[in-house]
Amino acid sequence: MTEPLYQLTDLSKRYTRGKESITIFEKLTMTIPAGDFIAIMGPSGSGKTTLLNLLGGIDAPSSGEVVFEGKRIDNMSQGALAKWRAANVGFIFQFYNLMPTLTAAQNVELPLLLTKLGGKERKQRVRTALDIVGIADRAGHRPTQLSGGQQQRVAIARAIVADPEVLLCDEPTGDLDRATADEVLATLQLLNKELGKAIVMVTHDPSAAKYAQRELHLDKGRFVEKELVT
Amino acid sequence: MFKQTAAITAMNIRSIPQRLGMSLAAIVSIAFVVGVLLAFMAMANGFCATVSGTGAEDVAVMLRAGSQAELNSNMSRDEVLLVERGPGIAAGGNGAPVTSAELYVIVDGKKRGSGTDANLPLRGVGPEGPQMRAGFTMTEGRMFEPGAAELIVGEGVIREFSGFELGEEIRLGTNTWRVVGVFSTGGTVFDSEIWSEIGVLQNLYSRGSSVQSMRAQMTSPEAIEELQAYVENEPRLNLDVQSEKEFLASQAGGTVTLIKFLGWPLAVAMAIGALAGAWNTMYSSVDARTKEIATLRAIGFSGFAAFLGTMIESLALAILGGILGAVAAYLLFDGISASTLGGGFTQVVFSFAVTPASLIAAMILAIIVGFLAGFFPAMRAARVPLLAVHQD
Repeated sequence: MTEPLYQLTDLSKRYTRGKESITIFEKLTMTIPAGDFIAIMGPSGSGKTTLLNLLGGIDAPSSGEVVFEGKRIDNMSQGALAKWRAANVGFIFQFYNLMPTLTAAQNVELPLLLTKLGGKERKQRVRTALDIVGIADRAGHRPTQLSGGQQQRVAIARAIVADPEVLLCDEPTGDLDRATADEVLATLQLLNKELGKAIVMVTHDPSAAKYAQRELHLDKGRFVEKELVT
Repeated sequence: MFKQTAAITAMNIRSIPQRLGMSLAAIVSIAFVVGVLLAFMAMANGFCATVSGTGAEDVAVMLRAGSQAELNSNMSRDEVLLVERGPGIAAGGNGAPVTSAELYVIVDGKKRGSGTDANLPLRGVGPEGPQMRAGFTMTEGRMFEPGAAELIVGEGVIREFSGFELGEEIRLGTNTWRVVGVFSTGGTVFDSEIWSEIGVLQNLYSRGSSVQSMRAQMTSPEAIEELQAYVENEPRLNLDVQSEKEFLASQAGGTVTLIKFLGWPLAVAMAIGALAGAWNTMYSSVDARTKEIATLRAIGFSGFAAFLGTMIESLALAILGGILGAVAAYLLFDGISASTLGGGFTQVVFSFAVTPASLIAAMILAIIVGFLAGFFPAMRAARVPLLAVHQD
């Protein structure tokens, strides 16, 4: 039996605000196999983004374990987590989170600056990533010179350029119109199917969720799973 | 780490135009700090170089014991003759010791810039006096004639005071003099003086045969110690003997210290103000880029790279301000002529000098301001919460 990409065990997340303790979810257990494409849905405040943060190592659980390819990440130091993220995770955010002073190519190159690749090889990889998402002709443009859909494509290129195992997407189409959203989702689906990238996508949008292999509905700290035909 | 830091620094620097007003304010305030400090240091350096910079080590200066300045000193004719018999004094072509007994009186001059009256030194010198000043040359006219009420005037006096031009007839006290020459000693304190023949000055100012100071050309710098020992052991002499270099340094010391003690506190007070401004700028810079920094951290950039990037931005602003201040101070102050009260209660004409040492000191101050202004904002950058990636 192959090792799952993620194994979450008894995962809990609580926030303390003053004297009040707010439980986001309690003892959540789930497995994400390699190459999976999951859409996580649920009402606002259900903990979708919190779960994504825990998967990406940018937040720590209150208790429980997050295991990635057999290795616990929830107890890693900040430095070790940064290196783990650089090697294994690509993030895609709702508002793209591109660096406004950099060109599209320079934005895409950022994760490669954390590798030992030389300048020439970095440039080549950047071009390949931009080609995959179909925006190579905008390589020299700054984010302000690009449409929302183009910016999200640049963000996807940035997420895949270092060839991570998993893409964590937080409402990737939340800021886009329907047609553009469909193009972006089709790109994500392509990355999943052709390149084998595991994708965990948080979304409110049922149409977006249809691009995934399965939907997980998070509500009151519990999952309700639904297999999709894609 | 280098690539990470370089990338963050480049982003920080490129985003400066988004905070142009605040960044410019930080740069300009640091430029003012550096400019003010350099102005005071240039004044102190220029004055110091003029008064003490070119004093000779092999010329002995003698004043009455305990006199702080020539103005307070007095020596009799007998004392002069006794000194001339002392050891270590060089002999001239005629075999006589090379010495110059000198009289020093104060006369009025009118400043060209302000039109105000100021004290000028009128020095009566012996025949050997001019040649005992290194670099002495007549730049215009001729030397005064012995016995005539004639003056030669230093270049500094001509530059800063009116009424002493070549050929002018001028009234100093109750006497009328004619300016017959202009001399230079290469920018030393003597360029701020007016000279006449000592006998004429003694007569016109009713000083009999007394003088106020005496200079002796020694055979070597070490020979001054022999002369000091001779003077100490001669009960008829009550004199202080020191090299001209030491004497001029002591004359400059008080004024230089005063200028520096005014300049540094003022610069430090301004630096505190500039620090507050730069600090504010850097905090704004970090706050404006919180989401960007968090995104970079999420991608895998280290907190230390974010710290260094912010520090480098702060130091870059400070260095830019420092260079701006230094260039402005150099263009505005270096070489400009001014006069101030010297050790002998007379005006000393000097040129401001922006020296490499003072430039380095001012740049160090700018870098310290940049470092302090950047440190805590850089700490904040390093600790930006990763969850800030979700900020709208």
